[in-house]
Amino acid sequence: MSAGLVVSGVAVELGGQAIVAGVDMVAPVGQVTGLIGPNGAGKSTLLRAILGLVPAMGSVSFDGTDLTVLPRRTRAQFTAFVEQSSDTDARLTAREVVLLGRIPFQSIWQAAPSPEDHAQTDAALAAVEMTDFADRLYQTLSGGEQQRVQIARALAQQPRLLLLDEPTSHLDVHAQLAMLDLLRRSARAGAAVLVALHDLNLAAGFCDSLVVLQGGRLAAAGAPGDVLTPALLRQVYGVDATILRHPGDGRPLIAYDLPG
Amino acid sequence: MNRPALATLILSLLALLLASLVLAVTFGPADIAPSEVWQTIGWHFGLLPESPVGRLRDAIIWELRLPRVLAAAAVGAGLALCGAVMQALTRNPLADPYLLGLSSGASLGAVAFLLAGASLLMPLGAFLGAGAAMALTLLVIQLLGGATPTRAILAGISISALAAAATSFLIFWSATGDSYREILSWLMGSLSGVVWSEALLVLAALVLAGLPVLLSGRSLDAFAFGDTAAATLGVDVVRLRWWLLGGTALLTGVLVSIGGAIGFVGLIVPHVARLVTGSRHRVLLPVAMLLGASFMIWTDTAARSLFEPRELPVGIITALLGAPIFLLVLLRYRRIT
Repeated sequence: MSAGLVVSGVAVELGGQAIVAGVDMVAPVGQVTGLIGPNGAGKSTLLRAILGLVPAMGSVSFDGTDLTVLPRRTRAQFTAFVEQSSDTDARLTAREVVLLGRIPFQSIWQAAPSPEDHAQTDAALAAVEMTDFADRLYQTLSGGEQQRVQIARALAQQPRLLLLDEPTSHLDVHAQLAMLDLLRRSARAGAAVLVALHDLNLAAGFCDSLVVLQGGRLAAAGAPGDVLTPALLRQVYGVDATILRHPGDGRPLIAYDLPG
Repeated sequence: MNRPALATLILSLLALLLASLVLAVTFGPADIAPSEVWQTIGWHFGLLPESPVGRLRDAIIWELRLPRVLAAAAVGAGLALCGAVMQALTRNPLADPYLLGLSSGASLGAVAFLLAGASLLMPLGAFLGAGAAMALTLLVIQLLGGATPTRAILAGISISALAAAATSFLIFWSATGDSYREILSWLMGSLSGVVWSEALLVLAALVLAGLPVLLSGRSLDAFAFGDTAAATLGVDVVRLRWWLLGGTALLTGVLVSIGGAIGFVGLIVPHVARLVTGSRHRVLLPVAMLLGASFMIWTDTAARSLFEPRELPVGIITALLGAPIFLLVLLRYRRIT
């Protein structure tokens, strides 16, 4: 068993309704694992359960450590989360937002960020190519730039486990590709990346493996080329599609058959 | 803001506060020089062999003016701190002890205890009132379906209105003549007649409740992007929220029991501070406290000297100054966001 995230039998009930009903999955270190499925399939809730943000049954472990019993702060020292979009009224510069990622490492007596905090912040800003924007107010950045800053904030947490909930939904094509490339590099640098995605072509292009949810249950899991079949798309999304191969690298390309 | 700039800012604000403390004591019907203030303080701390100013002037400085100026500083610092914390917790720039109903609850508790003849226990009444108002506000927020900035304010306003109505009813029912006037002036916010024990009580509350709140500054930063973001940055959101609301309720209770419901300080001082420091609370909170202390010293000095020998309730001055400043702050925010 490779190092990384292991989820088994995770179930979440909200208001008497089973949102996630017993999911088993893994997200190995060094890989980008895509979490796909239609709206309401339980992707966000599963991510929240892994993060300990909602009460859940079952077990969640990372490198053999049970995450559910770890103190929040300890968990935040190697687990980071990026939401679909992040707004604030606070007047923070991009650098200050990234510096938030260092909170789990700072003691309450510490008056100012340490040199290590600043070093990690600078490195994270550089990794997302936002160094030149470091002193701009967060609100003045475009949606794509804000998401890059959020990724940098997550990287400043030095995550071994990086979770993202549809981080590309508000981005243009260029920013989407840049974001997923960044996630792939983060994974190769030694993190397990689990990212919920809507765009199946992006998922097929960038993810090492896919986990497909449907109605709170696992519908399929495996390499994109094995998982993304016309039968699965029919079953999970209710759409007809032809799976082509990219002429360059042979990755699956989903061509949807238009209704009517 | 970098370290040297920050150190300069804090030192200047400390110097401003110290100068304000001494100069404000010299204001009043009896002319007193700053040096006399220093020397009197020195004498009372046993640094000088004999009183430099004579018994009457000593009483004016030490018994009359100094406790009041110190209380004003502590009240200003406390209100600014409470406001800054509540704005962060509710993610609402309009939040302050007033708008979340805490001040009105504290007023109700204090007036109830006062009219029941337990004026010595007024701080306790104010704390209980503030705590009850806070609990009710939180309950209403839950009933509305969980905390959002708008719900927090709507809940606060409704509880505030309820507490204010109950206070008015209590006064109408049981207050007569002199006590009526006294309560009314206190309700508008006034530091008139503050004595040493009261000044020390506010200072103690400021240290006891304020210090832990100050230390939580970094965790407050984590709330910039909401509860989920704070939780994934390692903050125990529920515990911190209760802890901070408890601390600010305690502090608000004591502040109101001494100074009445002084509005706008908790609202505007954090905003003004934020214009200088940005939104990082580790820096913002102490700067807001220092600024609030000096601001309150001078508004209270104006309150007691503008219409001598009559006292203007200081709450009127803070509102007169606060409302326009608040508008300016809003306009500035609008331009940035």
